[in-house]
Amino acid sequence: MLSRFCIVTCLGAGQQETLKAIRDGTSGLRSCAFGDVDIPTFIGEVDGTAEFTPTGELAHFDCRNNRLAGMALVQDGFEEAVAVARERYGAHRIGLFLGTSTSGILDAEIAYRARDPVGGALPAWFDYAHTQNTYSLADFLAHRLGLSGPAVVVSSACSSSAKVFATASRMIEAGMCDAAIVGGTDSLCLTTLYGFRSLGLTATTPCRPFDVARDGISIGEGASFVLLERRRDYRGGDAVALLGFGESSDAYHMSSPHPEGRGARLAMERALTTSGLAPSEIDYINLHGTATKVGDAAEDQAVFTLFGGDTRCSSTKGQTGHTLGAAGAIETVISALGILHGIAPGTTSMATVDPEFRSRYLSAPEPSRLDRTMTNSFGFGGSNCTLVLGRAS
Amino acid sequence: MRVFVEGIGLRGPGLDGWQASAGVLAGSQSYHAAPLVVPPAPLLPANERRRAVMSVRLALAVGVEALANAGRDALDVASVFTSSSADGETINEILRALATVEREISPTRFHNSVHNAPSGYWSIATQSQEPSTSLCAFDASFAAGILDAAVQAAVDRRPILLAAYDIPYLPPLAAVRPLTATFAAAFVLVPERTARTIARLDIALDHRRGSETTVMDDAGLEALRTGAPAARSLPLLAAIARGGADTVVLDGTTGDRLVVSLSAEECR
Repeated sequence: MLSRFCIVTCLGAGQQETLKAIRDGTSGLRSCAFGDVDIPTFIGEVDGTAEFTPTGELAHFDCRNNRLAGMALVQDGFEEAVAVARERYGAHRIGLFLGTSTSGILDAEIAYRARDPVGGALPAWFDYAHTQNTYSLADFLAHRLGLSGPAVVVSSACSSSAKVFATASRMIEAGMCDAAIVGGTDSLCLTTLYGFRSLGLTATTPCRPFDVARDGISIGEGASFVLLERRRDYRGGDAVALLGFGESSDAYHMSSPHPEGRGARLAMERALTTSGLAPSEIDYINLHGTATKVGDAAEDQAVFTLFGGDTRCSSTKGQTGHTLGAAGAIETVISALGILHGIAPGTTSMATVDPEFRSRYLSAPEPSRLDRTMTNSFGFGGSNCTLVLGRAS
Repeated sequence: MRVFVEGIGLRGPGLDGWQASAGVLAGSQSYHAAPLVVPPAPLLPANERRRAVMSVRLALAVGVEALANAGRDALDVASVFTSSSADGETINEILRALATVEREISPTRFHNSVHNAPSGYWSIATQSQEPSTSLCAFDASFAAGILDAAVQAAVDRRPILLAAYDIPYLPPLAAVRPLTATFAAAFVLVPERTARTIARLDIALDHRRGSETTVMDDAGLEALRTGAPAARSLPLLAAIARGGADTVVLDGTTGDRLVVSLSAEECR
């Protein structure tokens, strides 16, 4: 069960602001003015992170990534729900399985600019372990939430915070913990902005998933966390269950998806198998849909061959941007909101669907009862993960 | 939680493969920290092999060795990669470039910078489409990796390859994250005893921290153990090399300990 969840993206902080933007089909993307970045692109930047600077005993964790995480924790009664769970299960029986790709590397980028002109040493303020290191996110949450169960960060690029749901499910099933904090955080930084530019993948407009004129991604940032519990332990809250998951590898290329979406299809098939569902039982698919030429084409093929052209699909990345390592958790929560509030999100900024595509894309949000949803997350290295959520009855 | 070890791969200074190192690890031969030679990435097509960075070469080398020792085909095996950091040389090059006015970074360098680069190259090299994850838990990355791999083997009832690897950072990061050794170890874990199992592992968490972390008797091997997070696997490797019943205690992530009780398997 997804007993409680919280979310922060450029659409807003918390479920209510997110839901309003999903219902209205508004975008949080804007022209890039992040630091002194000089790339003509649009980004999904979260405002007001400075307010969530870790202080006191946690001050050494301060970096943009952990500020975003801290901003999410105080939304939607999440911290309070974790405190209740901690009392109930014990701090050591709640695991932390979190995804990030950037971690706090922005701090390292700033530190490299401030190297000692003579010896080349990094400035004294730079705290590698608690900011740049990939584990920093889980370490920060463990301290912030007072948890001491098994903790690890999954960093498999843009599938990171989807895969943690699978990791946590297995850990709970194996009895290593009774409940888990899952989710992810990714933050804007030069490495991803200039890195995706080097690949020619940064869109010059707000990204247009599945549009015939799509020209790349809009990089976003955000954080989302879920308290995952066994169904039998569930005592009310947001009633959505994780029905299944599927993971696969493309075995094709480091930064390009298999052209026919081989690995994507396998992840979706495996997710249906573990859920015990037929394709026709999925009411809505939140697609990976980053708006790259090849990525969207591959996903269209994979979805069409498995589902045919009737299942409603959309990508919310035209609204949130591509939040990379946080995308899996953010889009899982958006799908969960769709189930709870009866809304299938649209594909904001998609004007004309690529005529080659055969799946059923929603351009505008569609009010509708959703009982079972699927969420796709695919990343560099050909790492694929699909999650299936359902209304818990 | 019970799993069985079928095959091991190993690369470290003076530790050139599992078979060649078993005597040193068992304590019957003395340890000499000879320079490590990491072969070009096995199995990869020529253009990918050229682009493969050190962390990829290292992880692939031990992964291929462990699977060969287990007599398993990668096509059937899911994988867990674990490391304290992404490829240090690549990260250093990117951070240096981003500190310049031009901020030009190469696309290859960018995709090699992701933490899951070895996992991606592994699937390209072996053509395995099975699930693969990439973990980080700072100094406890090996403990987190073996816990996840064992859970996957036990829950999903399937063979899992665990590859733990670390390479030192270059300056200036080396000063704030001083790793002193390049090291990688891989294990094939299976849920049931087979004709090829060499050890049985019973893994439990000790959140009360009542147990003492296992260290290496040999000073050189102990320096290696503390010099790279992946080398925290050495006490487990040594116990398997010695054979017989044993208990190995690893430092976990949030201050807990991972207690691994071993028993040798008949086929040794």
